[in-house]
Amino acid sequence: MIARLVLNGRPREVDVRPNQTLLELLRDTLGIFDVKEGCDEGVCGVCTVLLDGRPASSCLVLAAGLRGRAVTTLRGLERNGGLHPLQEAFIRHGAVQCGFCTPGFVVAVADLLEKDANPSPATVREALSGNLCRCTGYQKILDAVHLAATRRRAGS
Amino acid sequence: MYGFEYVAPETLDDALGLVREHGDDAKILAGGQSLIPILHYRLARPRVVIDINSLPLGDVTADDGRLRIGALVRYHELEESDTIARRCPVLAEAARLIGNVRVRTLGTVGGSLAHADPAAELPAVMTALDARLAVASASGRRTLAAREFFTGPLTTALTPGEIVTGVEIAAMAAHGWAVEEISRRAGDFAIVAVVALVRLDRLGRVDDARLAFGGVADRPVHAHAAEDALRGHEPTADVVARAAHVAREGLDPPSDAFVSGAYRRHVAGVLCRRALTRAVARALA
Repeated sequence: MIARLVLNGRPREVDVRPNQTLLELLRDTLGIFDVKEGCDEGVCGVCTVLLDGRPASSCLVLAAGLRGRAVTTLRGLERNGGLHPLQEAFIRHGAVQCGFCTPGFVVAVADLLEKDANPSPATVREALSGNLCRCTGYQKILDAVHLAATRRRAGS
Repeated sequence: MYGFEYVAPETLDDALGLVREHGDDAKILAGGQSLIPILHYRLARPRVVIDINSLPLGDVTADDGRLRIGALVRYHELEESDTIARRCPVLAEAARLIGNVRVRTLGTVGGSLAHADPAAELPAVMTALDARLAVASASGRRTLAAREFFTGPLTTALTPGEIVTGVEIAAMAAHGWAVEEISRRAGDFAIVAVVALVRLDRLGRVDDARLAFGGVADRPVHAHAAEDALRGHEPTADVVARAAHVAREGLDPPSDAFVSGAYRRHVAGVLCRRALTRAVARALA
């Protein structure tokens, strides 16, 4: 059957199996590897994408049910071929170790800062409580979010 | 997951016809935040998945003293809706405690109620609110009291061929509210959740109290004896503590691999006192 979606700004129609998830469509069919596969039950956050601008676990969405919705992956956040300021902030603070969780975190933080330009530390922790990182201990990620939010408000 | 046939009806009548036609061979897909993990784990093997997301069941409306919430209203809409904030703010507070932000993007009110996890927030909230569930089948429609809808773990009073189409909540005049819960990890189902609503009369005495627990039995528990302990009294710290004690004494929670029944019961009393205290403070504000 045909799944219709707007992937990182570009309309696509792709032949999918009825039981194929959005995650499988992105990775296995379209070769979009900035979305990772982790737990397959919506808990770890590595497969986070924006679905019509809201964070969703792509492992818990059937591709057949997309109905033309906008899907944004990490790559869709990049600007003019360069890094997104969030990616720069993650690098600056060493918020990346093995890197496996990073795309999901960056997408989740992009959503958070869109909703709340000056989130409190508690708000950041709550917003990211559904993303697991087994390397960094989270503090560097929180530092990166703080930097990104500060720079964003300063308009740089 | 196993293979299945996927259908996405556009109208409620079409959906109900498909549900009747396929019976136990079908699973209904709403937000998918419980069903898709179940399919990934191969705990269910439906021949057909009926995706109801195209149905017009996504509205929140308020009129003649009733709040109506469509089955496909998402948790994040409970968090953000002005109508909910005005008419039934406890729903917004409860929604913020559900899963994680991604679950709240897609998870639906009807899905949570039909799935009937005994530790989930919304079944406990609807039990406290004495809400009515609207259900439909190919042969008709009816409403069911939330307090009679949940009949066991993941088990409801829905009969074959019926789906939840929405929920109706009678307006409660100005009141205080609170939801308290603890879970082992952020986003987990609650070990214990408690929902409290308190309304005071002009003299500052409790004239209506609603109290329900999640996570302490095979279904949500309506703590009516504790409500009775509050009604007619000024909600002092002692009265609140006594009501929490009454609530706790009425519970006989199960043990599981992580938490003993005795611990759950203790925590239920503590969270109940906190929830009532916060609800009273809001009622006074």
